[in-house]
Amino acid sequence: MEIGLTTDMLQFLFMGIQRGAIYAMVAMGFNMIYNATGIINFAQGEFVVLGGLMMVSMTMALNLSLVFAFMVSVAFVTVVGILMERLTINPVRRPTVLRLIIITIAVSILLKGAAMCFWGKGSHYMRHFTDAPPLEIMGAYILPQTLWIIGMLALVVIGYVAFFNYTMTGKCMRACAINRDAARLAGINDRRMVMLSFALSAAIGAIAGIIITPIIQMDYARGALLGLKGFGAAVVGGLGNSMGAVVAGLLLGIIEAGSGGYISSHYMDAIALVIMLGVLFVRPGGLFGSSEMVRLKEF
Amino acid sequence: MLRLVNVNSHYGLVRVLKNVSMHVGQGEIVTLIGANGAGKTTTLRTISGLHPVKAGRIYFQDRDITGWPAERLVELGIAHVPEGRQIFSPMSVNDNLELGGHLVYKHYGKKRLKSEIDQMLDLFPVLGQRRPQYAGTLSGGEQQMLAIAMALMSGPRMLLLDEPSMGLAPMIIRDIFARIARLQQERKLTVLLIEQNAKAALNISDRGYVMETGRILLEEEAGALLANPEVKRAYLGRDQREVWE
Ligand SMILES: Nc1ncnc2c1ncn2[C@@H]1O[C@H](COP(=O)(O)OP(=O)(O)OP(=O)(O)O)[C@@H](O)[C@H]1O
Ligand SMILES: [Mg+2]
Repeated sequence: MEIGLTTDMLQFLFMGIQRGAIYAMVAMGFNMIYNATGIINFAQGEFVVLGGLMMVSMTMALNLSLVFAFMVSVAFVTVVGILMERLTINPVRRPTVLRLIIITIAVSILLKGAAMCFWGKGSHYMRHFTDAPPLEIMGAYILPQTLWIIGMLALVVIGYVAFFNYTMTGKCMRACAINRDAARLAGINDRRMVMLSFALSAAIGAIAGIIITPIIQMDYARGALLGLKGFGAAVVGGLGNSMGAVVAGLLLGIIEAGSGGYISSHYMDAIALVIMLGVLFVRPGGLFGSSEMVRLKEF
Repeated sequence: MLRLVNVNSHYGLVRVLKNVSMHVGQGEIVTLIGANGAGKTTTLRTISGLHPVKAGRIYFQDRDITGWPAERLVELGIAHVPEGRQIFSPMSVNDNLELGGHLVYKHYGKKRLKSEIDQMLDLFPVLGQRRPQYAGTLSGGEQQMLAIAMALMSGPRMLLLDEPSMGLAPMIIRDIFARIARLQQERKLTVLLIEQNAKAALNISDRGYVMETGRILLEEEAGALLANPEVKRAYLGRDQREVWE
């Protein structure tokens, strides 16, 4: 019995991490744009969907190699992100948070419609990155694809930290988020930083979509729920704090998998959301959002 | 060097600058004094492109720069040290200096940026000791030095300084003004200075303007302003008391 319990737990933990990694990446995307503009980009979930669907077409229909398909898909969604910023966000004359958020909702509807036109309403199958059987660890099974997901999350986090702490462009983006006027007085073009934030968060969204598609089978309408969960993770982690988002995203995934396993999979989404609301009730700034200084330090 | 012609500037519907005309010649130090809320900060923000010009023209080295965005004016050589030590507190002193020299990096690369930072640290040795520290943990005086150093990193021809002495002890204020005067000499800078501490500022200035409720009231040689009884009463009161004590 003892053994059975831990095996179960381990199994749910693997499933949770697999889901959570995706939420974490979606949340990082939210945070990047939030830090640059102060808005929540409601089209974030669509970036994930587009990444996944593009990858499906590249590998399944065109039979391209994984690496090449991956790069093309990420590049494609990144361009979509840049176009979104250039065509819909940048031209706004007097940007207010509300105006911009409404625009992102419009873009999300548009992208969803476009995805439906190109890829249809059905869900799309894609083969796993590696053809190996699941690995057994203490009686629990872990899919090779889950290892890919964990590895990708690690790479994205490392890349993120390196970019924002060690490159001039990354530092400029942070500077803009901390004090926009001061950044402009240093000669930093804040508009370009906003564009870059859309590009990067589209790219992260695309990566998330690409690695999860073999497991969930992507369809055009997935964006809303993925976006919502990612948003939850971003808020619980403390809006703007991406390392907080990673922790919150993983926790959210694990709680979901656990409640799905131990309570009922029907209530899994609801339980996760209730717990999230509970956290926010106790700590309105999110788990890691206690003070402004901490938020920015942990970037 | 810098010329404002009938500049008007608004906050919403409120007109804050009313036909402001002034000029700063090459190599001059000019001080703008005025009561709280007179519009001094707004004047600087309008010059540096952070605040839009509603009407009027601004010229820099005979070029019309009206309506240029702040980041382009920096490239042209206008550096603005804004009110209240606007540094990037959650980043290290070194990162702050790098960001200040962001244009150096962009145009000349990493090596040049490093050597410029080293030069700046020779100029402000206190910052050298604090290099890895978060900028937010510096003392007020050090933060002001950092703010000035950051502005200088962009290699400006003209420096706009908004109340560099705000909230600092008299000894540190003296140090800062001495530095400004020296920098101006060494780097052939042109300086437009805003100060509540009018006496200290006028002492290092060539000329001064007096501003009241968004209008320029008076323009004179610094010495004449210091001696002007009206100015003395209105703006030099605090310093005079200091002298009597
Ligand atoms: N962001 C703003 N929104 C609306 N009104 C503003 C804003 N900033 C300044 N003002 C108004 O514009 C006027 C001029 O302000 P400004 O900051 O330029 O004055 P100042 O001369 O720099 O004053 P101080 O010596 O206190 O710094 C004031 O009446 C102020 O209330
Ligand atoms: Mg002011």
